Amino acid sequence: MTGIAITFFVIAAVLVWGGLIASIIFLARQPQVKNYPEGSELVSDDD
Amino acid sequence: MSVQQKSGEHGSVASRPREQWTGQLGFILSAIGSAVGLGNIWRFPGVAYENGGGAFLIPYLIALVTAGIPILLLDYAIGHRFRGSSPTAFRRLGGKAGKWLESLGWFQVWICIIIAVYYAAVVAWAASYFTFSFDLRWGDDPGGFFITEFLQTSEPGFSSQFVPAVLIPLVLVWVAVLAVLGSGIAKGVQRANIIFLPLLVVAFLILVVRALFLDGAMTGLNAFFTPDFAALGDPNVWIAAYSQIFFSLSIAFGIMITYSSYRSRKANVTAPALVVAFANSSFEIIAGIGVFATLGYFAFQQGVAIDELEGLTGVGLSFITFPAIVSQMPGGPIFGALFFGSLVMAGFTSLLSVLQVVSSAFQDKFGITARQASIRVGSALAIVSILLFSTTTGLITLDTVDQWANNVGIVGAAIAATILVIWVFRRGPELAAHLSAVSTFKVGRIWQLLVGVLAPVVLLYMLIQRIIVLVTEGYEGYPLWYLAVAGWGTIAVIVIGAISMTALRWKHDPDDFTPWPSAAALKELKK
Repeated sequence: MTGIAITFFVIAAVLVWGGLIASIIFLARQPQVKNYPEGSELVSDDD
Repeated sequence: MSVQQKSGEHGSVASRPREQWTGQLGFILSAIGSAVGLGNIWRFPGVAYENGGGAFLIPYLIALVTAGIPILLLDYAIGHRFRGSSPTAFRRLGGKAGKWLESLGWFQVWICIIIAVYYAAVVAWAASYFTFSFDLRWGDDPGGFFITEFLQTSEPGFSSQFVPAVLIPLVLVWVAVLAVLGSGIAKGVQRANIIFLPLLVVAFLILVVRALFLDGAMTGLNAFFTPDFAALGDPNVWIAAYSQIFFSLSIAFGIMITYSSYRSRKANVTAPALVVAFANSSFEIIAGIGVFATLGYFAFQQGVAIDELEGLTGVGLSFITFPAIVSQMPGGPIFGALFFGSLVMAGFTSLLSVLQVVSSAFQDKFGITARQASIRVGSALAIVSILLFSTTTGLITLDTVDQWANNVGIVGAAIAATILVIWVFRRGPELAAHLSAVSTFKVGRIWQLLVGVLAPVVLLYMLIQRIIVLVTEGYEGYPLWYLAVAGWGTIAVIVIGAISMTALRWKHDPDDFTPWPSAAALKELKK
């Protein structure tokens, strides 16, 4: 592969696959909000 | 006691609790399974190559962030807040003065009905080609085999001459998809995605790794990734990027509204959306690498440059170019089986999601179960699908209906949804607050601007441009009468279907519903 093609492959990999990894880590670290709005006690988790 | 029980509403318009995904993972895999479809494999690589190669990534990623993810979040917000199929959710969003908004939901459902009947046929072709791979049934002339021998394609029209080689796998595809659909969300749709999506990824990764070690593979990757920066000055390249993102993410025709309506009320909505969107694009990049490494090998074998090859996208790429490559390749039958097996799995999970939109809408409106919807509605669709697409005119009908359903139907539905929700009913702030209240990734005014301004402007440009081309130039040289019936007729069916279904009586009152968090609670949060 040429240098420019490799560069754009790396850019794609970092931005797209990196975006996927970052979004998975973000979700894993913050799976749900800490405080729900009013009325949350009336809504069950599996509702 | 839940809010729904207090208000006499059970999360559904039916008198039973609304079905749910078993958890975050099940939902995410199913949403990715829906987004990753045939277009990821056969459309993205060619579109990227023809629109600037590596430079296409720039408008592609901008389109992902400014339109793809925002509209995906809009769908999720509508489905999650109003907890229903597309017609139910839009009717509830419209409120007392906007019950007619249900018709937009039915417009989306009818788009899904149209897409399902022909998409099943493509999955059936792929399933046939999966078996053909083992003995390279297409011989030395894959193009002639596909058009003449396999599909027995005749002139444009509506034939009653069935093609058994298409009919039998098509019936099997419908039996399989309706069996899954009838099993419900958790035991059917989710379970199928949990099995097929990992299998698809593994199968396709094996294919990609094999392709990378073929002679000429690096030449193919050079063609795919080398940027043509001049292309960035062409508005059509930007439109191609927005189109690719738009059609690839399964947005604006009810799927993501339906899927998010099966999430629990406290579910995190936005963060999983980011995972789904980036996973979809990640698969597209992998598909680009696999397809162009393979095309590089083909060009090497033919002694030509990549830009001299024909059939780099769509049906031509999959059913003509790839079989030709498989025939020349050492270990070709295994490579072919991996490729067509991947197409079947990607197509099957997407087909499931399209049909779930239809099933969910009929369940809500008529108070029937998933099993009843699968048997009654699904069987009717299967019959139409078989009558139209297992005959000698199936390919041309499919090509025409697909062109209008996507470029006019879905784009039109998206424009209507963004303008009506944001500008006419002014629900942008409420939906943004809802997303932020239950999710860890917050959205606000920028999201509303992207959904309310940028998205409809770009989509409107796409729609007008396409309609002008279809009206002035026609499509693929097909006769005008045929385009009027199969093309514009498709849009007429969608519109008439939407109006008719809206006029029918509901089995259970869909308006007996209390959204959570309440509007007052959301306002309190903003302070």
